[in-house]
Amino acid sequence: MGSDNITISVRGLGKKYAIGGPREKYLTFRDAIVSSVKAPVRRLSSREPPQEFWALKDISFNVEQGEVVGIIGRNGAGKSTLLKILSRITTPTEGTVDLYGRVGSLLEVGTGFHPELTGRENIFLSGSILGMKRSEIDAKLDDIVKFSEIEKFLDTPAKRYSSGMYVRLAFAVAAHLDPEILLVDEVLAVGDAAFQKKCLGKMGEVAKEGRTVLFVSHNMTMISSLCRKGILLNEGNLQFEGPVEDAINTYLNSDQIGSGEIVFRDRLPGDENAVLRSVRIVGPDGKPTVNVEINQSFCIEMEYELHRDGLRVYPNLHVKDSYGQYVFVTADSEMDSTSMKKLKTGRYCSRCVIPGNFLNSGTYYIGFALGSVFPLAIHSFLPDLLFITIHDPIVGIPTRLEGYSGPVPGSVRPLLKWELVG
Amino acid sequence: MQESPYHIHIAPPARWNPVNLAELWNYRELLYSFTWRDVKIRYKQTALGFLWAVIQPLFMMLIFTVFFGRLAKIPSDGIPYPLFVLAALLPWTLFAEGITRSTSGMITNAHIMTKVYFPRMIMPLAGILSPLVDFVFSFLVLLVFMAYFGFVPTMNIIFLPLFILLALATSLGIGLWLSALNVKYRDFQYTIPFMIQLGLFASPVVYPASLVPETYRFLYGLNPMAGVIEGFRWALLGTEVPGAMILVSAAVVLVLLVSGAFYFRRMEQYYADVV
Repeated sequence: MGSDNITISVRGLGKKYAIGGPREKYLTFRDAIVSSVKAPVRRLSSREPPQEFWALKDISFNVEQGEVVGIIGRNGAGKSTLLKILSRITTPTEGTVDLYGRVGSLLEVGTGFHPELTGRENIFLSGSILGMKRSEIDAKLDDIVKFSEIEKFLDTPAKRYSSGMYVRLAFAVAAHLDPEILLVDEVLAVGDAAFQKKCLGKMGEVAKEGRTVLFVSHNMTMISSLCRKGILLNEGNLQFEGPVEDAINTYLNSDQIGSGEIVFRDRLPGDENAVLRSVRIVGPDGKPTVNVEINQSFCIEMEYELHRDGLRVYPNLHVKDSYGQYVFVTADSEMDSTSMKKLKTGRYCSRCVIPGNFLNSGTYYIGFALGSVFPLAIHSFLPDLLFITIHDPIVGIPTRLEGYSGPVPGSVRPLLKWELVG
Repeated sequence: MQESPYHIHIAPPARWNPVNLAELWNYRELLYSFTWRDVKIRYKQTALGFLWAVIQPLFMMLIFTVFFGRLAKIPSDGIPYPLFVLAALLPWTLFAEGITRSTSGMITNAHIMTKVYFPRMIMPLAGILSPLVDFVFSFLVLLVFMAYFGFVPTMNIIFLPLFILLALATSLGIGLWLSALNVKYRDFQYTIPFMIQLGLFASPVVYPASLVPETYRFLYGLNPMAGVIEGFRWALLGTEVPGAMILVSAAVVLVLLVSGAFYFRRMEQYYADVV
């Protein structure tokens, strides 16, 4: 509290959910009557107490005016709960928060949109739900429409929009919110890549305007490019607070982001002919991994089981960058021919080698598909199942100019053969 | 600590919270937006649009006139029976639609209310206000019927807004209770049509309050809609002044409003965790 610039002050924040027990989610009036009749009896018979679960526990931090803070952590770490408390959608169980400034929260794109209303009507409705005054929307209407690129369809009901148009309009409204404190959940995971980049640009502007932003994302590239400070949550606790690079490194090096391997158990993804058993990313040391250095090669493996003789399997991988844009799809080309071997019932493992000096630094999502050809069938397709982070140690990397430490754009950064020919 | 016109303090909820009227006032544009949305969507989605607002009370008037007026010969304080019933159906529909919409609104708008903060009470408020548009249309029909039967409104009509307000307040008081209960006990929304049906016959819609013995008349006012409906008839058709009944009704509405508001404020703390 030393600085008088503090915009968000969180002290000892905790949120408890009861799972099971008398205060559980689903209730009918009859249940309530029955339970109040039973209450005295229950006190006598010592039943087990309701199970409690702290989604957040003892969280304290301050955010100064103009800071852009990334909140990271794996699913269930409490990121969304924290954002929901800060945006007053739910109440804390303990602790306090003080916010100094107009708060805008963006936990979803298109909040309040209604398909029966026209684009124009939706701009006014969604805008006012997000906290804009009518006069404010009037003033920004032209900008919003221009940003959304839907001028021609402004008076068409939103139900006739393509999903892309819908998202663009929704984001255009959100992007023109003008609060002093902006709370953003992972809202950029939608929309086409070109529009995402435009939104990122807009978010970057917001940050430069001296506004305070709290930003939740799984996308480390986005976090590190937008934020100065990072907060790492782990199972409801604040594990790290500090410079964003350190937060990301702590996160990537902790074992909380998964092991780079999924072994399917009870329900194997697939159909009656073929199922996936496991998928993994194997690092240079032969063990499953979630990060490698940019000049190292690594393998992606998928293990599957065939329940029928004579399948010509066609395993393939779908690699996307952190903006959700496809980088490539790859399959075993030797398997793609009529002469290819028919496989017998049994277990198999296909492996794909991704060379070093090929992908750029950043996080990539890997989807797994198991198909077969002649006849064509898709037995299982699991997009974005694993992810791998490629690190750029900066020094000693042949795809980078010696002494230059800035970003190298692109989805891939291949080491190609160059010649001086004249 | 920094001085800012916008300081929000978040803390674990107290058990009982008063209504923050200043905050509600700040969100008046949102209330308008939600009300406008509900009206707009209602009229866009139905082929007959606003005609529904007219058809519903007209058909009920017709049925009631045939069965209760003609066949059962229920007295109507000397007013032509169709007019007598229509003058009651208007506030009754306003009330019944209000509690229905305010209660269901808390559930159908859950996807919005779990993503954005605004005073939760905006939702039931929008629910009771949006039927006002239907009310205006059906009021025009009532005026036509009054002209047809040769009824010229008396000076009492200047009190009509008061009775509309009382109908809305009744609707809000009960709507707050029901929408808060419905969040937790989801079966309340199924009891509403049933309660509305009961209420219709427990209120002086198809019969005059004068059928109730004089000594019990003020007890009858405990049903706040009894006061509202008799007030409507008095203001429009010049029937007997409801007097004491109105005062009892107004007192009941006040109790419903205050208790409903407190209960709603208590339940809204758990809303996002329960829905």
